[in-house]
Amino acid sequence: MDEIQALFHGFTVAAQPLNLVLMMVGILLGVLIGVLPGLGGANGVAILLPLTFSMSPTSAIIMLSCIYWGALFGGAITSVLFNIPGEPWSVATTFDGFPMAKQGKAGEALTAAFTSSFVGALVAVLMITFLAPLVAKFALKFGPPEYFSVALLTFCSFIGMAKGTPFKTVVAMMLGFALAGIGLDNVTGQLRMTFGTEQLLRGFDFLIAVIGLFGIGEILLTMEEGLNFKGESARMKMRVVIDTWKELPRYWATSIRSCLVGCWMGITPGGATPASFMGYGLAKRFAKDKDKDSFGRGNIEGVVAPETAAHAAGTSALLPMLTLGIPGSPTAAVLLGGLIIWGLQPGPLLFVEQKDFVWGLIASMYLGNIAGLLVVLTTVPFFAAILRIPFSIIAPIIIVICAVGAYTVHNAMFDVYLMLGFGVVGYVFKKLDYPLAPLVLALVLGDRAEENFRQSMLISQGNLSVFWSNPLVGSITGLSMILLFWPLISLILQKLKTK
Amino acid sequence: MNDSDKVERTVGVRVMEYVVAGIVLAFSALLMQQSDKIGASWASDGPQSGYFPFRVGAILAIGALAVIVQTALARNQTDGNFVGRGALRDVMAVLLPSAIYVAAMTWIGFYVASTVFIGAFMWWLGKYRLPVIAPIALGIPVALFLLFELWFKVPLPKGPLETMFGY
Amino acid sequence: MPNIYKTVAYALTVGAAVIALTAPAAAQWKPTKPVEFVVPAGTGGGADQMARTIQGIVEKHKLMSESLVVVNKSGAAGAEGFLAVKGANRDPHKIIITLSNLFTTPLATNVPFNWKDLTPLAMLALDEFILWVNAETPYKTAQEYLAAVKAAPATSPMKMAGTGSKQEDQIITAQIEQALGVKFTYVPFRGGGDVAVQLVGKHVDSTVNNPIEAVAQWRAGSLRPLCVFDSKRLPYNDKIAGTMSWGDIPTCREQGLAIEYLMLRGLFMAPGVTQEQVAYYVGVMQKVRETQEWKDLMANGAFNQTFMTGDAYRKWVADAETMHRAVMDKAGFLAK
Repeated sequence: MDEIQALFHGFTVAAQPLNLVLMMVGILLGVLIGVLPGLGGANGVAILLPLTFSMSPTSAIIMLSCIYWGALFGGAITSVLFNIPGEPWSVATTFDGFPMAKQGKAGEALTAAFTSSFVGALVAVLMITFLAPLVAKFALKFGPPEYFSVALLTFCSFIGMAKGTPFKTVVAMMLGFALAGIGLDNVTGQLRMTFGTEQLLRGFDFLIAVIGLFGIGEILLTMEEGLNFKGESARMKMRVVIDTWKELPRYWATSIRSCLVGCWMGITPGGATPASFMGYGLAKRFAKDKDKDSFGRGNIEGVVAPETAAHAAGTSALLPMLTLGIPGSPTAAVLLGGLIIWGLQPGPLLFVEQKDFVWGLIASMYLGNIAGLLVVLTTVPFFAAILRIPFSIIAPIIIVICAVGAYTVHNAMFDVYLMLGFGVVGYVFKKLDYPLAPLVLALVLGDRAEENFRQSMLISQGNLSVFWSNPLVGSITGLSMILLFWPLISLILQKLKTK
Repeated sequence: MNDSDKVERTVGVRVMEYVVAGIVLAFSALLMQQSDKIGASWASDGPQSGYFPFRVGAILAIGALAVIVQTALARNQTDGNFVGRGALRDVMAVLLPSAIYVAAMTWIGFYVASTVFIGAFMWWLGKYRLPVIAPIALGIPVALFLLFELWFKVPLPKGPLETMFGY
Repeated sequence: MPNIYKTVAYALTVGAAVIALTAPAAAQWKPTKPVEFVVPAGTGGGADQMARTIQGIVEKHKLMSESLVVVNKSGAAGAEGFLAVKGANRDPHKIIITLSNLFTTPLATNVPFNWKDLTPLAMLALDEFILWVNAETPYKTAQEYLAAVKAAPATSPMKMAGTGSKQEDQIITAQIEQALGVKFTYVPFRGGGDVAVQLVGKHVDSTVNNPIEAVAQWRAGSLRPLCVFDSKRLPYNDKIAGTMSWGDIPTCREQGLAIEYLMLRGLFMAPGVTQEQVAYYVGVMQKVRETQEWKDLMANGAFNQTFMTGDAYRKWVADAETMHRAVMDKAGFLAK
């Protein structure tokens, strides 16, 4: 097999001492970037890009992609410990990861998150290694209608998940859509809902909403409950890792499902964030009835599912970047800029003309993820121990870091005020049982979905049948409908069975 | 509900439900009015700018009304207390300093504000002594300064003190 | 002291001061803290790439005493970035790189800023635009394609994809429509890369991508360039795709489509900065232009390497604004 040979050649490139050192540096930097909210993977890579201009392209991309892996791993840490997603794709991880930490199982949650991230990434790299040319062509089939149907599928796989009254779910989701619509309308170039203010021009970045709703909101709730996180009993031993590993194989079905979702979303390129939501939504839907209620209350499967999907998507997002020159994620977009500056041309010919580079990168994906896993796993006890710090010390530090995060997203003070406002909203909503997940999901995917819908309408001259116009888009739309009406369908199936 | 709750009763859950739903309702009205202004119909080449926001606003209004009706129908159930007085005081003890901290950042810069905020928080709520407070309150902003200003070169808001040092 | 002496002494002092100010002007003022390099566009786009390349070059060759920090302020089609620089009155530690949204955003959205609110620094280069179709379509020349556009039924016009709405890509599309009396369906996407791939996937019929956005697909044989929107052919003769070089692409004018459009890649500073401060950055940029990395970037993206400063630059920008206003007015893109 050519691929195997090329890959081995790649390993010899990636395993040069200098590259190995850069790999470790990259992972550590990445974890740091992932932990600090706001300073996301894309920003981190963009900031460090100029440093790499004096390196060889291969060394540079190895280091930068390792920052990317590190950021993917690191995003889970604050989600689990403090309910603050460091990265957009870690939002779904908070749903069960944070309750686990509250129950004193932060170690388990982190181990599960890191391990599933690794599994997701590994599957995606294997796919890149052996199926690159095949799947690259598939991505070309995705036009606006297909993108919209994918967004629809994400919403449908997530709908009906929330507890409480359906009206509050509707209100939360619509608020998300409304906030997503604020700012410039990309399709017509018109400003919406800005009231002539400069601050609203840039719209609502969902990271700011999430830092406020989840992070600050949680601190307010904790204050009310009496000044401490409940995670003080977090165990500190490495044994946690081993024990969790013994438990993980049970969730193989969830893993496989999330890997598929992730790879697919990465290639198409839907991105890691929708992938993580979809992974979570599907895991819950396919869970046994008795387990369904435990989702959102510290079910380890609720950590495995989004993390696997996010990492699989984050990794496979590099494939369309390499083969087509389209970035599957914002970070990939920055890396793409890097390729051009190093004098490489991303695109179909990269695999032919720059073998050393491509296979060195792919080999570094294997090595980098292994190195990343080892690094982050050894830090599990350390991070779990953070929860033992008294609340009156850790709370102001969390608020300070939230403020940094909110500020760095757009370098705007207004966003910091907004974050605090969202904190109050998060607190009140939580107390009144308005679900936050639909709000965040709508805020993340809302504007993209609308844009894709309207692009489709432009292309089809306003004909809705475009969403059924070919087998690909038709089957995705069909699948969404099945998921949407699943409760009804399963009811009918049950009736038929009993007859 | 026990007696102590009754004593420190502040505001009922039901009142809060009305207030929140009311705010949402007002927001939805604003959303629909604004969307209507920029065109909310289906043009020949698909929906206009305001098409989706308008409908989102309409659904939002229906949802908020439904919540109000639901709350009203549940009138004969006992009304819980939204937040106890003591708890409210605790929440405010975080919220107010945070608000002051965020507001102060514009004038005295991020780093100074953070030092004061962490220090004050630990002193006030944690009742720590200066030897514990000082290293943390000074250490965290310094670490962040090294990380953001020097290493990643991400500028954070700065005040007179940083200007004095030439930043 | 007689008056005459006073006058002479005065003249001498002033003269000395003037000499001191003008001669080594560039060496006189220096940034005293890190300089913010504002990009009014997202990470990964053309302007961002150029800004980060400059940042890398400055860092690598130590062209500035203080570091250059790239900050993306892409909100509302770049308005966020321009407003930030406009608001930083007399702050010499902020520069901004522009694209056509310097003109199009205020015209299309009424957001209150104008290039006159900023201090022009230098034009770094001009970005070219090329008309592309999918290589599997039968159109070998711009004439053939445009004939097909004309022949398309009114119910399903040809689809042109581009970056953003009421920005450079749509303006060129509108210019073609106005020049030939044809009609396109313009479909806006978020970035040039997306646009190129939509064309490869045949979801749209043509694009007006910048060279750098579509070159990879051209080389891979999936896209075909039809004509370049410039007054003369591109001066790059290295073979790019098969036997073709950039220079082999005819101009649109040769093909009977008299449209020229070049996008500004220029720098501006905050209002109220001194001539000295402008001179410092012009000096830095001149050094940047001499590096190999810069030349590589120019060749990679087939840029038009016009460099302008001072009044020439100011005039170019003023003319460009007039042109944008006229075209956008005619196309109905102006904000009410």
